[in-house]
Amino acid sequence: MAETATPVANGTAASARRAEWGGAGRLALGLVLPLAVALGWEIAVRNGLAQGRLLPPPSRIAATLYGLAVSGDLWLHVQATLTRVALGFVFGSVTGIAAGALTGTMPFARHLLDPTLQALRAVPSLAWVPLFILWLGILETPKVALIAVGVFFPVYIGVAGAIASVDRKLVEVGRIFRLSKTALARRILLPAVLPATLVALRTGLGLGFLFVVAAELMGASEGLGYLLVDGQQFSRADQILAAIIAFAVLGKLADAVLVALTRPLTRWQDTARETL
Amino acid sequence: MLILDRLSKTYADGTRALDGIALSVEKSEIVALIGGSGCGKTTLLRLVAGLDRASEGAISLDGETIAGPHPGVGLVFQEPRLLPWLTASENVGFGLADLPKAERRERVAHALDRVGLAEHAGRWPRDLSGGQQQRVAIARAFVANPRVLLLDEPFSALDAFTRKDLHGHLLALWEEVRPTVLIVTHDVSEAVALADRAVVMRPKPGRLDDTIPLPLPRPRNPTSTRSETATRQILTALDRSLKPRRARDDTPGEAALWW
Repeated sequence: MAETATPVANGTAASARRAEWGGAGRLALGLVLPLAVALGWEIAVRNGLAQGRLLPPPSRIAATLYGLAVSGDLWLHVQATLTRVALGFVFGSVTGIAAGALTGTMPFARHLLDPTLQALRAVPSLAWVPLFILWLGILETPKVALIAVGVFFPVYIGVAGAIASVDRKLVEVGRIFRLSKTALARRILLPAVLPATLVALRTGLGLGFLFVVAAELMGASEGLGYLLVDGQQFSRADQILAAIIAFAVLGKLADAVLVALTRPLTRWQDTARETL
Repeated sequence: MLILDRLSKTYADGTRALDGIALSVEKSEIVALIGGSGCGKTTLLRLVAGLDRASEGAISLDGETIAGPHPGVGLVFQEPRLLPWLTASENVGFGLADLPKAERRERVAHALDRVGLAEHAGRWPRDLSGGQQQRVAIARAFVANPRVLLLDEPFSALDAFTRKDLHGHLLALWEEVRPTVLIVTHDVSEAVALADRAVVMRPKPGRLDDTIPLPLPRPRNPTSTRSETATRQILTALDRSLKPRRARDDTPGEAALWW
């Protein structure tokens, strides 16, 4: 009796401990490395082991960020950057999903559009910048257009690929129940391509942040990218790093929001996410 | 009554999968199609289900020609093929989208109850075992009240105990509306446990070889003498079907030619 009871008791205790470790523990583990590096650098600069002119210690970066936040400049720049990313992301992902759905479901559209789109994809997106500026001026439009182009391609490829790889066996279930074309698309294709589409959207969002920096570096009077250029011109490494940190936080938050909004849609997935 | 009239199927690459299949199945009859792998059993079911078109011949159900998926014909695939984003009960109700909500809910609950999964109604397929998933698939086919139910080796991936259990669930559902059932299997004991008639197929190209009536009373006991005799009969027929035809009935003619 005792022999059988012990391993069970051990097992529950271990799993309880693991659950406890779960949320908070993982978060703490993830913070160990960056905090250790920051602390080490701070100590090194304070003790004169390194000089903080080109790589300012965390305390100074924090002070700069705080100053920007207090003066309201930070919100101005964050708002400008987020607006551009959001607009570009919406345009890029909507057109990307539409084009992907079109080429994925209609062979005629695929043969008509896909070669051209693939050729355009081969063009580095930044190569469009001069043209966009010529065509669209130097204000917001070319920036949003550049971001939209950057978002469009991963979303397009992801959606078209997801549709192409929908399991024939599930489509046959729809055929057995005599679903119409639209019902088949709504009840089988759409849910089946959803997970891959969400991954494509996340990739697109990441690229949106990449291109917003590119767009703002090339000429803007506000935005986090402007803070970067400004910091470079005035040799203010702390401002550059403050902007970089703001980018990291914004990017991570935007991604987390996207994941949180879409998680309920893919709860059914049978993936290894929880066990790896 | 389901009538297969000289069905043939040749694939685009020239492979002749089925040749001159003629079979008529009475209303409420359970017919087991049995044969080695590659003798066109699945191809035949897909033709009857309307998923593929026959190259020659025709299928008719109660006088109506079947040329595509038909409301009177249900199919249970070899794998459960549940939609992973729907719960067990949503999967069962998948084909009932046109019904009013209350009726749909009632029929789904009843079907789930009959396959013993009432308490798993809200679960996702990933949380169900293979046997439970196949039960959901069977309930999904039954709930639409088909006149003909096709089953394509539905229990082949399951262990012997689960299989026996599912035979019971299947017969219980069948008793309710008594549809015509065409079940493909390579398991002789399955045919003996379920069918009124076993039809043995022969490969290359797929043809019907022999028919063994199984007039055993239900419920059936697999260890009874009659079941064992029937099993032996089918095994013999199956064995014969896998040998070249000449070696069997044409021997005298062949021998004469040889001399």
